[in-house]
Formats: sequence, C-alpha cells, structure tokens
Amino acid sequence: MGWHARGVRGISLSAARNLHLGKLAALVHRVSGLALALFLPLHFWALGHALQGTASLEALLAWTAHPLVKFAEWGLVLLLAAHLAGGLRIMALEFLPWRDWHKSLAAVAAGASLAAGLAFALAL
Amino acid sequence: MSFRSETLLWVAQRASAAVLGVCVAVHLATMIYAVRGGLSAAEILSRTQGSVAWLSFYTVFVLAVVVHAPIGLRALLGEWLGWRGRSRDLALLAFAALLAWAGMRAVFGVFL
Amino acid sequence: MNATLEVRVWRGAAEGRFEAYQVPRHESQTVLDVVTHIQRAIDPTLAYRFACRVGMCGSCAMTVNGAARWTCRTHVDKVAEGGELEIAPLRNLPVVRDLVTDMREFFDKWARAQGRFRGRATRKDPFAQVSPQSEARQLANAGIECIGCGVCYASCDVVAANPDYLGPAALNRAWTLAQDERDAAGIERLRAVAGEAGCHACHTHLSCTERCPKRISPTAGIAGLKRAVAKAALQGRL
Repeated sequence: MGWHARGVRGISLSAARNLHLGKLAALVHRVSGLALALFLPLHFWALGHALQGTASLEALLAWTAHPLVKFAEWGLVLLLAAHLAGGLRIMALEFLPWRDWHKSLAAVAAGASLAAGLAFALAL
Repeated sequence: MSFRSETLLWVAQRASAAVLGVCVAVHLATMIYAVRGGLSAAEILSRTQGSVAWLSFYTVFVLAVVVHAPIGLRALLGEWLGWRGRSRDLALLAFAALLAWAGMRAVFGVFL
Repeated sequence: MNATLEVRVWRGAAEGRFEAYQVPRHESQTVLDVVTHIQRAIDPTLAYRFACRVGMCGSCAMTVNGAARWTCRTHVDKVAEGGELEIAPLRNLPVVRDLVTDMREFFDKWARAQGRFRGRATRKDPFAQVSPQSEARQLANAGIECIGCGVCYASCDVVAANPDYLGPAALNRAWTLAQDERDAAGIERLRAVAGEAGCHACHTHLSCTERCPKRISPTAGIAGLKRAVAKAALQGRL
C-alpha cells in the first residue's frame, strides 16, 4: 500500500495529522451543506402538509414538540449557522484583500455559528 | 463542462449564497420569534396565508436554494465519489427539480 | 537530548515500507543532514534529491512527520517528536524511488495553466516602463518568488481528490502573469485556468498558504483568478 495510505477516495489518512484551521472550516462547511441538502426535501415535504389546512399543520406542530424533534431542529439550526458562517468565510477570502487575518475568519465563523445555535436553543 | 459554464456556476453559487444569507437570517429570526411566542398552527396560518410579502419572500428563498444546493453538491460528488460528467449534471438537475416542486408546494401551502 | 534519532524513511516506490534507522543527533542539524547521513554512512541505496542545501532551489522538499517541507531548512529540533522522525516523499506525485518523486505532472500543469510569459515587444522596442507602485505590479510581486518546489502541490487536498486540478503553484504563476502588464496572453490564460480543473476547484483550505516556504499565498492568487474569470465571463469576453 502506498505510504500515505489512502482511505476513502481522495482523503489521505495521514492528512489527519495536518488538520489545520482552514481544512477544518472547509470540512465543516461541506458536511453541514450535505446535511442541509438531505434535510431540505424532508422539510419541504412536512410543510407541504399544511396544504391540508390547520388541522394537519396542528398535528405536525404537535409532533415537533417532541424533545427528540426539538433536538434535531436545534441541530439543524446549528448546521445552518455553521454553513452560513463558513460561506461568509469563503466569500471574504474570495472577494476581500486579506493576508494576516485570514485565520480569524474561521474563528469568527465558529463563534457566529455557536451564537446562532444558542439563540435557538434558548428559544426552544 | 466548459470553462464558461463552470464560471457561471461559480457566480450563481456566490450570488445565491448572498441571497440566502439574508433569507436565512430573516427565517431564523422569524422561527425564534414564532417558537418563543408558542404560536399555534391556526395563529401561524392566520398570519401567513394571503400575505403577498411572505409569499414573495419565501419564493425567492426556495429559488435561491434550488440554485445553491445542487451546485454545492456537485463539487462534493466530484471530489468524494469521483462522479463527473453528464450523468452527474443530469442527476443534479433532477434534484433541483425535486427541490423546486417540494419547495413551492410548501410555500403555496403556507402562504397562499 | 538523546544522542540518537529514531528515523523512519520510506523505501520503495508506490509499494514499499518504512525502514528504521538510528542517526546520531547533533546540536544544529537539519532533516537533510539526517537523510544525507543515512545515505552516506548506513545505506547507500537510499535515493533522494537535493542541490543547493541552503533554501534556494526547492529540490529537497519531502514529507516530514506528515507535513511537506524543505528538508535543508528544517531543523531537527523543530520537528523531531520525542526524538523520532518520519520522512517520506512528497504527496500527490508518483514516487520514482524512496524519497524521489516524478515532478513531470507538476510542471505539465504549469504549462497547461499558461504559466509562461508571452511578450508582445521586440528587442527593437524600448523597455517596458512598469510602475512598481501600481496595484497590478504589487499583486504580481506577492507571488513571483515561487521556485517550483512542489510543497504547495503536495499539501493540497483538492489535488489529492481531483487528478486534473492544476494546483496552487501553476495557478499562482498564472495569476502573477495575468497581473503583468507586459504579458499578452490575456483571455487565453483566463480560459486555461477556469473550470473544474482550474481555479474554481479551490475550496480555500489554505493548506498551500500554510506550508509555502516562501510565504506566498496561492489561495489569494487563485481568488484573484476567480474574480478575473468571473468578470470576463459576465462581460462576455470569456
């Protein structure tokens, strides 16, 4: 086997030793994006139930009061905030002149995600 | 895919990202408000149905998602699964169509 | 400090294994010194590249404890974890033997990115007058110190995941030329660097910028190319 021991296509196992901030930010951004892309059809489908009027939406809302669902919702808000923050980091790197403060962007992104997640958690 | 279309995809991704930034912020704020207020289904629907403003807003939201999500998945599929070429683009177009249909169905359900 | 270093070195090509060597440790010692000692005093069959030994040529780039570095400019003290070192060839390139990689693909991509200067003047024309203060010149200057060592290319996850990706060095060079007012390649170069094999595949991990021994930021150059290409496309020039 080659020295860098490729596991999943394109992801080098020993690259994990080099997990620096930029890589982590990009990974979070991509994974959160994937999770959101998978969740969205479900989200739209659930809302589509409102087509049947108040009673159906009421039943749906009752279901969302379940603690597991609330936890999942909170998780999704966190994913959304993380993805948004990561996206802002990318746009800053692509459009603004930067040099020394580029690492702070990842930190700001993380902070903003957490803040949004907390806000939602408090509201739950 | 040609360099021209790749470039336009890149532009579309950033443009839709900018739109989504605003939409997501508004959406999150609205959800937090609604959840805090403990609004019932009847209360929610009474505020949303017939509202042209909300209908327009969420239509723009859905359309931005329809552009943004498939383009985002495209890079992921290419790099993590090695899936490239026409079949990938067709699959993503199908996904975009699914999102558009489901999204607008939901929007009409809540706001019309 | 231990008197001996435990050094694991990759031997073989695509298939192979790490072999262990004990190397005497000194006060002021670089990783290149370590590799040289192994080849001269322990195992003469070890293949590796070097030239200047003083951080000017980039030939001695290898993977040291997982990170791509110039071995001549890497002090053992800085990287030896508990007196241990792991030395392997650069990633993302075919291995010829042991620590030597085949750099052809790296330079082929450089050419594919239109990474060479194309002038429009002749020897009969007066010298070009380029203001060092101009924004374009300053942007170009930020990236022209590249010596083609391959460290950025070896550190890039997108290169690993996408065999066609031109890579940070080639794209950075294309960017510096795009900012060179004397260069005539213009739109042709923008076409060469756009697309899934080009600048659009960069996902701003910034591994290249982290590791570049010349402290160049290829990510910044690639971002510049993204903007230039987008502008050209929206203006219908692409």
